[in-house]
Amino acid sequence: MNETLSKILGGKQGAIGLAILAAFIMIVLPLGLDPFRLGLIGKYLTYAFVAVSLVLLWGNGGILSLGQGIFFGLGGYGMAMFLKLEASDPVSTAIQSTPGIPDFMDWNQLTALPWFWEPFKSLPLTILAILVVPTIFAFLIGYAMFKRRVGGVYFAIITQAIALILSILIVGQQGYTGGVNGITDLKTLLGWDIRSDSAKYVLYYVNAGLLIACILLSRYVLSSKFGMLLLAMRDKEERVRFSGYDVSNFKIFIFCLAAMISAIGGAMFTLQVGFMSPTFIGIVPSIEMVIFAAVGGRMSLIGAVYGTLLVNFGKTMFSETYPELWLFLMGGLFIAVVMFFPNGIAGIYEKYAKKVPFLRKLSEETPKAKKAEAIPAAPVETKEAGVKA
Amino acid sequence: MSNTDFVLAVEDLTVSFDGFKAVDKLNMYIDKNELRVVIGPNGAGKTTVLDLICGKTKSTAGSIKFKNRELTKLSEHEIVRAGVGRKFQTPSIYENLSVYQNLEVSYPKGRGVFGSLFFKRSDEVVAQVYKIAKEIMMEDILHTEAALLSHGQKQWLEIGMLLMQEPELLMLDEPVAGMSAKERDQTAELLNRICQNRSVIVIEHDMEFVKKIAHKVTVLHQGKILAEGAMDKVQANEKVIEVYLGH
Repeated sequence: MNETLSKILGGKQGAIGLAILAAFIMIVLPLGLDPFRLGLIGKYLTYAFVAVSLVLLWGNGGILSLGQGIFFGLGGYGMAMFLKLEASDPVSTAIQSTPGIPDFMDWNQLTALPWFWEPFKSLPLTILAILVVPTIFAFLIGYAMFKRRVGGVYFAIITQAIALILSILIVGQQGYTGGVNGITDLKTLLGWDIRSDSAKYVLYYVNAGLLIACILLSRYVLSSKFGMLLLAMRDKEERVRFSGYDVSNFKIFIFCLAAMISAIGGAMFTLQVGFMSPTFIGIVPSIEMVIFAAVGGRMSLIGAVYGTLLVNFGKTMFSETYPELWLFLMGGLFIAVVMFFPNGIAGIYEKYAKKVPFLRKLSEETPKAKKAEAIPAAPVETKEAGVKA
Repeated sequence: MSNTDFVLAVEDLTVSFDGFKAVDKLNMYIDKNELRVVIGPNGAGKTTVLDLICGKTKSTAGSIKFKNRELTKLSEHEIVRAGVGRKFQTPSIYENLSVYQNLEVSYPKGRGVFGSLFFKRSDEVVAQVYKIAKEIMMEDILHTEAALLSHGQKQWLEIGMLLMQEPELLMLDEPVAGMSAKERDQTAELLNRICQNRSVIVIEHDMEFVKKIAHKVTVLHQGKILAEGAMDKVQANEKVIEVYLGH
């Protein structure tokens, strides 16, 4: 049990890093920022789920998905459909020709709720759908690609194409999906007004808690034999295959897990921001998420969160003053990170932490701790067996 | 084909790439605990034969039976699980992992997705890692990151990773390429030790090394067997001298 705990926390340094992150997003930011700014941070932190998923998938597994927006969007839409149905009760939609269905359906001459909206009348089913639908979708994509050994650039391009197709599909099917405007005017969750300041605080903390939980889950996966195999596959896929592992199954699993984590972020986005639209699914958001992970450090779960916050903070700053320059700046940032800091902020931290006395103390303790953890001492029986042999 | 006592029975094995027959109606039988060396000029089809046995390349015709089990229909990981290990020509190890981790990750338990998620490092695993590390003369450098190893050590590590799985048939593609004279001797000793309880197929060019290890030699030429038998007989064979060994 103790071993599992230390695995999840990532040893002493891992636990300290996580505690600092938790304190930063759960104490420092809420105390230092007004509700509007904190709302922005809450929104950014939902993207951090996707960045964390990319650390698993891309950083450790070497599988670059340029379509994580798909899963963020599916999660977000799942939540939005539930909230929209709650906001569309017969009383408040009495002026529609068909009361009781979402307003955009009424505008598009739909007279009954489509069948796939039915499960979203129930919150438990909605939560289940948020977790399961993106995972199944990822499984289908993963099964089709990884079993045929499609990888690398081809995988990236295909996921990108699927993201584009999905966003076009949503825009095109306005009556069923709300079209290009997305699903808007979301008001309450089981009668609880999600637009009030107090609700925003509660949702912010739920979001932060879920993010930490996802990081812990990811830590467990990465510290298991599965995590070691991911690194091995990234390095020498053939060797792993010829060591008796069905490589495709491992890739499918990590892709599904990354999809599920992204979907949780999407659902929290809808709750905090109050709408969901196809602009969060397509090509640009999917690539932006990769940049967040790259800036934070694609091998570092915690770095990914800081990277997300930093890039989005920069985006908000710059796009207020030079909106047309931001995309170029972001592209430049990505190129610069890849060329000069391939391990992002986390890499810079590790390189320079040793020069700061306080930080040095922290980082000096790790290598020893890591080694002691990674390599158990020789068992006594072996030595005897060796002598006999 | 009928069942045999051979560990490996290759019969009428053929593979053609766009009409070019890289391996042409090959027949080869490997005994229990035998160390067979396959030699031949470049392009003779040596590596292709290993690729066919381990499933990397699919055969066009013929059969490969491992302990009377047909391998041609199995996928790569199933062939490994049946007990066939393959070492690649260039050392193929996980550079970002330590020597210990390289060995542990090759341990044949927790091979499924969920098995690996809940894999526990038992005393048995640790004991096996130390046993193999001793075998490949690397027990003192378990902590070292594999990327920092010398070329020869990388070759040994890969052999060690295969030994972790206790394969009944081990296939090594040029295991001493790029090694110093001393490392070659040590590798020869290592191979003689590990073929005590398993069959080994080695592809090699270095004739001095072949003499040290081979029980039997097979000479391949243009996808066909040119000669087969004890080393001195093969060396004296006129055809072999003509196409491969030179005068």
